[in-house]
Amino acid sequence: MRHSTTVTIGPRTFRIGSDWRAPVDAVDALYRDYPAPASLIPDYTVRLEAAKFARRLIRPSVAICGDYTLPEAVPQSLAHGLISAEMAMNLQMALGERRFLLLHASSVEKGGKVLIMTGESGSGKSTLSALLASRGWRFMGDEFALIDPLTGDVCPFPRPISLKNEAIGVMRGMLPATRFGPLQADTAKGDICHLIPDDAAIAAMHNPAPPALILFPAYGLPCDIRPVGKSEAFVRLTQASTNYTALGEAGFDALARLVKNVPIGAIDYPDTDTALALVDELWAALP
Amino acid sequence: MGASTYAASLPFKSVALDGLSAIYHGASGATHVVAEPVPQILEALGGDTLTLAELLARLGADYDLDDDAEAGLSARLDELVALGLVIAR
Amino acid sequence: MGGTAMIDARLLTKTLSQPSYATRLDARGWTSLLTIAHAERLTASLAWRLEGLKVPPKAAAILAEAKASAEVGRTHALWEAEMARRALGPLGLPLILLKGTAFAAAGLDAARGRLIGDLDILVPRDWLNEVEAALLGAGWEWVKPDPYDDAYYRTHMHELPPLIHAARDRMIDVHHTILPLTARVKPDAAALIAGAVPLGDGLFTLSPPDMMIHAVAHLFADGDLNGGLRNLWDIDRLIREHGAVPNYWPQLIERARLHGLVPHVSRALRLSQHLFETPVDAFLAYEARKGDIFYMGRLLARNGWGQETRKIVRLAFYIRSHWLRMPPLMLAQHLWVKWRRG
Repeated sequence: MRHSTTVTIGPRTFRIGSDWRAPVDAVDALYRDYPAPASLIPDYTVRLEAAKFARRLIRPSVAICGDYTLPEAVPQSLAHGLISAEMAMNLQMALGERRFLLLHASSVEKGGKVLIMTGESGSGKSTLSALLASRGWRFMGDEFALIDPLTGDVCPFPRPISLKNEAIGVMRGMLPATRFGPLQADTAKGDICHLIPDDAAIAAMHNPAPPALILFPAYGLPCDIRPVGKSEAFVRLTQASTNYTALGEAGFDALARLVKNVPIGAIDYPDTDTALALVDELWAALP
Repeated sequence: MGASTYAASLPFKSVALDGLSAIYHGASGATHVVAEPVPQILEALGGDTLTLAELLARLGADYDLDDDAEAGLSARLDELVALGLVIAR
Repeated sequence: MGGTAMIDARLLTKTLSQPSYATRLDARGWTSLLTIAHAERLTASLAWRLEGLKVPPKAAAILAEAKASAEVGRTHALWEAEMARRALGPLGLPLILLKGTAFAAAGLDAARGRLIGDLDILVPRDWLNEVEAALLGAGWEWVKPDPYDDAYYRTHMHELPPLIHAARDRMIDVHHTILPLTARVKPDAAALIAGAVPLGDGLFTLSPPDMMIHAVAHLFADGDLNGGLRNLWDIDRLIREHGAVPNYWPQLIERARLHGLVPHVSRALRLSQHLFETPVDAFLAYEARKGDIFYMGRLLARNGWGQETRKIVRLAFYIRSHWLRMPPLMLAQHLWVKWRRG
C-alpha cells in the first residue's frame, strides 16, 4: 500500500495502510504522543482503500478493509479519514480479539483500582470517562474495556476519546486545544472530535489494574442509584461483550469472576455533574 | 419421553450468582443462566447415570420435596435434555 | 512494482510445506506471512505446523490465539451437528456431514486448526421437503425470504436456501449434491450417499475417496477460487492421512470417473503437489496442463497486506523470488506460454 503507519494502543498494535496520504497524516498527528510498538509485528492490519478504482481521485470514498471487515459497511468520505481509521481499528478489536474479554465500556483508574462504566451508545460512558480523566482519574479507555482472563485485571486501551456533538463543546471548554484532534463535521453520527488522553494515561498504557466497581450509567433520567443483581449483570455483560462466545470457557471464567468479585450498580443521571457526584459517592463507599 | 436413565453432560462449570447460577457447558460451548432446582439436579446426578426414581431419592435425601416433585423433576429433566445439559438414554 | 508487491501467497504455502522456513523470516516477513495466513483463513493451521519451532514472541502469541479460537469454533461446530442430528433423527435419514464439521467429527488431521463456519450436510434430494420441515420445526429459520432467490436456489443450486438457527445464531447448508445443477459435471449424489461411512451415534461422513472428491468439487466450483488455498490445504491433509490406506488410490480413480471429475481431481493433485509437496499418485496426477498456471496464479494472488491481487494474472516467476524455485516442468510451461504471447 502506498502509505502506511502503525498505531499502538495498550497491548495492541495496528498496521494501517492507505491509498491516500491524508488519513495517514491525520492518524500520525492524532497519535503523535503515543509510543512506538514493542514488536515490529502488528496484531492487526487495516487498509483504507479506494472504494472503486476511478473514485480514488473523483469524490474519493474510503472502504475499510483489513484482517476483519464488514462487507455491508458503507464507505466513508475521505474528509473523515480519521473516522475510517478509528472504525477500522474498532472493528479489528470487536471481531478479532481473543486474548482479552472485550466489554463495550469505558474505564478509569484511581488508587490502583478501576471503575468500569458500561452501556449502549448514549449512556454517556465516553463523556463520563473523559470528565473523570480531567479530575485526577487515570484514563484507561472509552470504547472497550479489556478484561484479562488470566488475572481478572482491566488492561488499558486508551485510544483518543471520540467525543460527539455537545460533549465536544463541554470538553473544549475545560482543556487546552492541543489535546484535541481536528473536528470531523457532519459524520453519520453528527460532529465528532477526538480528545487525546493525557501524558499520564499514555505513559501507563501497559499498566493493568483490578476492577473495583462496575456501573451501568443512563443519561437523561432523574437521579437514582440502585444495585444490580449478579445474574442480571452477568447476562447484561455478555450482551455488552463482542467476543464472549468466541472466548469459550475462558470468557465464562473471566466474566463469572468479574461479576462475583466486583460490586455492580446502576446510576441514572440528568446531567454530568450529578453523575460525577454519584461516582464519587459510590467510590468512597467501597471497602 | 420414555427415557429410562439420566446423566449429566460432563464437563460443565457452575457459578452461583444471587439465587441463579451461570453454567458453562463444555460440549456445546453454551452458557446458561438457570434457577433452582437445576443446579441441585446436576449436583445430585454428579458423574452417575440414574433413573428418575433414583434421582428423586437422592434429591429427597438433601431437600424437602413436594408431593408432585416427580412430575416436576421429569419436566425439568426434559428441558435439560433439550439444552444438552443432561443426556437421556 | 515495490518490494512488497513481490510477496504472494507462496510465502504461506512454502512455510506450511516446510515450517522451518519461517525461522529465516524477519519482522516484515512475519507480518506478511501472518497477514496472508489470516486472509486465507489458515492462521490456526499454520500455528499447528509451526508448533515447537522458535518464533518471535508476538508471532507466537498471535498463533496461539488463533489455535485457541479454532478450538472454540470446533466445539460449536460439533454441537451444531449434534443439534441437527436431534432434529433430523426422527426422519430415519443418515446425517451425512460435509467439509470442516465432517473432518472434526471424524477426528481427521484436516480438522486441526480448521475454522468451521456453517454446518454442511448432505441429504437425498427426495427428502428435501421433509428435512426442511424438520429443521424449521426445530428452530431454524430462512436467512433471506426472497421468492426470486428462493425459486432460483431450488431449481438451480445444489443446496436449500440458507437456514439459520435463531437461538444459536448458526447457519446450516443442506446439500443434495456437491455441485450446482447447472454445472456441466453431474456427480452421482446417490452414490455419495450410499457410500457414506458411519461415525456412530447417527452421524456419517463421505467415504475417504468421496470426501476428497467433494473437496475438489468445492475447490473449483467457485470460478474465482475464493478461499482456494484453504480448500487445497484440506486436500493436502486428506491425502496425507488417507493416501497410505490400502486401495485408496484405485478407489479414488474409480470414484472420480463415476462422478465425472477426473480432470478436476487430477489438477487438484498437481496443484497440491506443487504448492504443498503432497505425495500424490503419479498416474492420477498425470498430464500437467497449461491451465494449471492460471489456477496457480489465482490461488497465490494475495500480497503481504492481505489484498487479493487477482488483476495480476501473471505469476511472478521471473521476478526475483527468494523463496521458491519453480520445478523445471512448470517453468517450461510458463516459458512456453510467455513465448506464445510474446
